[in-house]
Amino acid sequence: MKEVKEVLKEKVLRNVYTALEEGEIPSLSLPSRNRDNIVLDERFMVWKYGDNSVTRSAKTIDGAQYILKSLYVSEFIEEMLRNHKTSTLREMYYISEGWGPGKFNSQDESDMTAEDLEVITALLREDFGLRPEENGASVIGDVTFEERNRKGEFKKINCKDDVGDGGYTIPYSVESDKLRLKSSNASFILAMETGGMFDRLVENGFDERHNGILVHLKGQPARSTRRLLKRMNEELNLPVFVFTDGDPWSFRIFASVAYGAIKTAHISNYLAVPTAQYIGITASDILTYDLPTDKLSDRDIQALNSELKDPRFQTEFWKSEIETMLSINKKAEQQALAKYGLDYVTDKYLPDKLFSGGDLE
Amino acid sequence: MVRKTAGLSRNREISISEFFEKNRHILGFDSPAKALFMTVKEALDNSLDACEEHSILPDIEVTLEKVAQDEYTATILDNGPGVPPLEVQSVFGKLLYGSRFHAMRQSRGQQGIGITAAVLYGQISTGRHAVVVTKEETDDVAYRFEISIDITRNEGIIHKREATVWDRDHGTSVSVTLRSRYQVGRQSVFEYLKETSVANPHMDLKFRDPDGKVFHFPRSVKVAPKPSVPVKPHPLGLELGEIQQMASSSEEKDMKHFLMNSFNRVSANVASEILEKSRVSGELDPAELTTAQIKGLMAAFREVKLLPPPLDCLSPLGQEFIRKGLRSNYEEQHPSFYSRPVLRSPSVYNGNPFQVEAGIVFGGDLPSDEQVKIVRFVNKVPLLFQQGACAITKAIADMDWRHFGLDQKQGSGIPFGPMIVMVHILGTKIPYTSESKEAIAGVGELSSEITAALRYVARDVRRFLNKKEKRKQINEKFKLIRDLIPSISEKVSALMEMPAPPIDPVISKIANVVFVTEEYRVEEETAEVKCTVYNYTRAPRAIVIYPDPPVGEVDGLQSYDTGTIEPSHSATFEYRVKGVSKNYDGADYYFTGIDPVYVQGAEPLPADWGMGGVTVEEVSE
Repeated sequence: MKEVKEVLKEKVLRNVYTALEEGEIPSLSLPSRNRDNIVLDERFMVWKYGDNSVTRSAKTIDGAQYILKSLYVSEFIEEMLRNHKTSTLREMYYISEGWGPGKFNSQDESDMTAEDLEVITALLREDFGLRPEENGASVIGDVTFEERNRKGEFKKINCKDDVGDGGYTIPYSVESDKLRLKSSNASFILAMETGGMFDRLVENGFDERHNGILVHLKGQPARSTRRLLKRMNEELNLPVFVFTDGDPWSFRIFASVAYGAIKTAHISNYLAVPTAQYIGITASDILTYDLPTDKLSDRDIQALNSELKDPRFQTEFWKSEIETMLSINKKAEQQALAKYGLDYVTDKYLPDKLFSGGDLE
Repeated sequence: MVRKTAGLSRNREISISEFFEKNRHILGFDSPAKALFMTVKEALDNSLDACEEHSILPDIEVTLEKVAQDEYTATILDNGPGVPPLEVQSVFGKLLYGSRFHAMRQSRGQQGIGITAAVLYGQISTGRHAVVVTKEETDDVAYRFEISIDITRNEGIIHKREATVWDRDHGTSVSVTLRSRYQVGRQSVFEYLKETSVANPHMDLKFRDPDGKVFHFPRSVKVAPKPSVPVKPHPLGLELGEIQQMASSSEEKDMKHFLMNSFNRVSANVASEILEKSRVSGELDPAELTTAQIKGLMAAFREVKLLPPPLDCLSPLGQEFIRKGLRSNYEEQHPSFYSRPVLRSPSVYNGNPFQVEAGIVFGGDLPSDEQVKIVRFVNKVPLLFQQGACAITKAIADMDWRHFGLDQKQGSGIPFGPMIVMVHILGTKIPYTSESKEAIAGVGELSSEITAALRYVARDVRRFLNKKEKRKQINEKFKLIRDLIPSISEKVSALMEMPAPPIDPVISKIANVVFVTEEYRVEEETAEVKCTVYNYTRAPRAIVIYPDPPVGEVDGLQSYDTGTIEPSHSATFEYRVKGVSKNYDGADYYFTGIDPVYVQGAEPLPADWGMGGVTVEEVSE
């Protein structure tokens, strides 16, 4: 763990110290983390940060506060590593209460600062001993893991035979020192946006009938969920399909699984599954299946227009689906398929999308 | 005497009531609660007018006593010039007495109906006579009258007249007993007295409510306002009936002299021109004018070239009266800002001169989730009713107040926020929306003058808010230099396990300036201020600082010369500001002796520094 301390010192602390020593105004630079600065990394086929950078200078009060807060976070990380502790991001936010001028104003701000340090140091927050609080996304299907428990023993879990209807709960860290992927007899992974649909597929026995692994994304998927999808895809050689609602936010869920999320673009090659396929509700589906719909809200329309400018969505498929959705001014939930009965989704919609395209048999 | 005239017949009593019932909305006595309000208002308006004409600083006492269920006696006592005993019968007993058309002046009272209407209402509703005690300075004794009104003959009836000893040099006391109800709130006697005290800070007022509670509105200006000057009416400012009345009561024998001597701006030449255009003979006796001829005259008035009426006949409150009046009445809400009051130049509406003044009280404990309070005055009299119909309200609602931190849907309507807007309209003849004279009509010139006055005071509020914002920015920069950069240096050095480098070069790179900052604490209306001047430039600097608090008065030191301050050093001085609230928000600072590019936290001293302060001193207590 000495490494982390050295990296922080080289990439963060020395910059600031040297500037002061030379009578210059200290600053920290990092890639700008927004939609306009993500580019396709053609080696991994995922989207990562480009060359644009932002510099936070102590010339302004905001910049100086940012630098000071980064120093406090660095100190906090070093202390945790020294004492072999970890903390949640939320705990760090509350601990910052005692940091005087380095205190965070919101947890968004403290989360963002931790992510910025990841970007600057090219380390992961797990390396810092920081973890998210919640997770609990679940897996059901014929895949076998070995998870290390608190006693340090690896315990074998088969996600079909050893779990209840709720499935296997994904831990916050899914790296090999915590989770080993042993084997799978499944032929694909189906990741779902909503819990309702996950339960429907479990109840209808979709996993067993079609030999698939079901993963509940729980909305915008957490890092560990995406990382596990990535590992199962690469290590167990399983194709990933993403089944979501048909609205702009669901398109972004798919993008974060397949292309890499804007906020975590610095680790896209570690999280994104570029071969993942979208089988969620599209604007065309709304028309084809004549689904019950809601009108787009102002925020929906704004989000769709923003996606039209998002480099990740510059494909014929996405452009035409987004434009169609804007023109029909409608969105639909995945559960809208229940219009045709509870079994329709498992008997007709999913088999059509999964198997008739020739991807699976 | 009482026996002789008290026996008004039953029938006649009813006819008086009927007359009054039909007209009470015109006179403002529509409800029992409003009747009490109107009685106090009419008597108080008369008292203040009389004092103003005689340059007396008014001492007024208003007493309300409950004498029976729904029956009150209102007594208004003043130190005015007193009423000549022979005129008491007419002043208090004759409707329309004193409504003379040969002279117009800006006054509070309206057409001389007021106090007589109160006497009449009391008489009808309770059968009681009004009691008047009055004494002129030249008399040794006061006279006490019991009076009622003979409505058929429009004449006062004196029931009792007696000389009495009174321990005052001069003054008048009027008591009317009437059926009414006492209430508090926005349209109450109390609110009327409070607002009257805003517009008349030279008045000392004591109010005893029906529970015996005494409220004192102390005098905050010890100079009587300049009295308004009576002027002859301008031809364009009159209506047909008014000209008719003037003609029939004129002492002039012929039309030419009637026109020349009864009107303003009518010379011999103009009079001849008017007569020629209207084909009225110059020899005609004014008393014999026909309605058709008057119409001809009025048409001619508009055709001939008439100078506008003289404008120096008006008596505005003026900046200091407004400032003191607002401050002494609203200080308990600890406002953070009083705008500089504005007095617009006089304008003319239909031949009648008028003028608009306005002031704003802002911030502090004023409620920020309610509509702003609008305080309307006409000729120093508050308007409490029909706010929605008033041109003042409309002008406020039509302005976009959103830049001032106030809530206003789509930038129109009465805004919500911590603000009191005071508008005073003064003139010899004010256009009202109706006979009850509770709201001003939005005729073009008047509305645009109100809007112009509002704009001026609103700009002042914005200046205040901008200054506050700028001060905040400067404080932030100061925090950056004083706290953040040293903290960064300390923290990074500890983490690097290296000695802390000197930070002065970085600080002078971030801010190559002289900072003027202050700290203060408020105790019992006095702010103890510590002002520190830091030199963050690379050369020695000297500067002279002038503190200018927006409220209160600087105690002692008016300016401070720091002498030479070496780079990275500071100089400190202390002073007090007296008469501030607990919401004191700091002073503005001005400076001389240094290039302005090097200074933050203070402005260059304006050329007129100190000149504004002199007038404040003249009227302050």
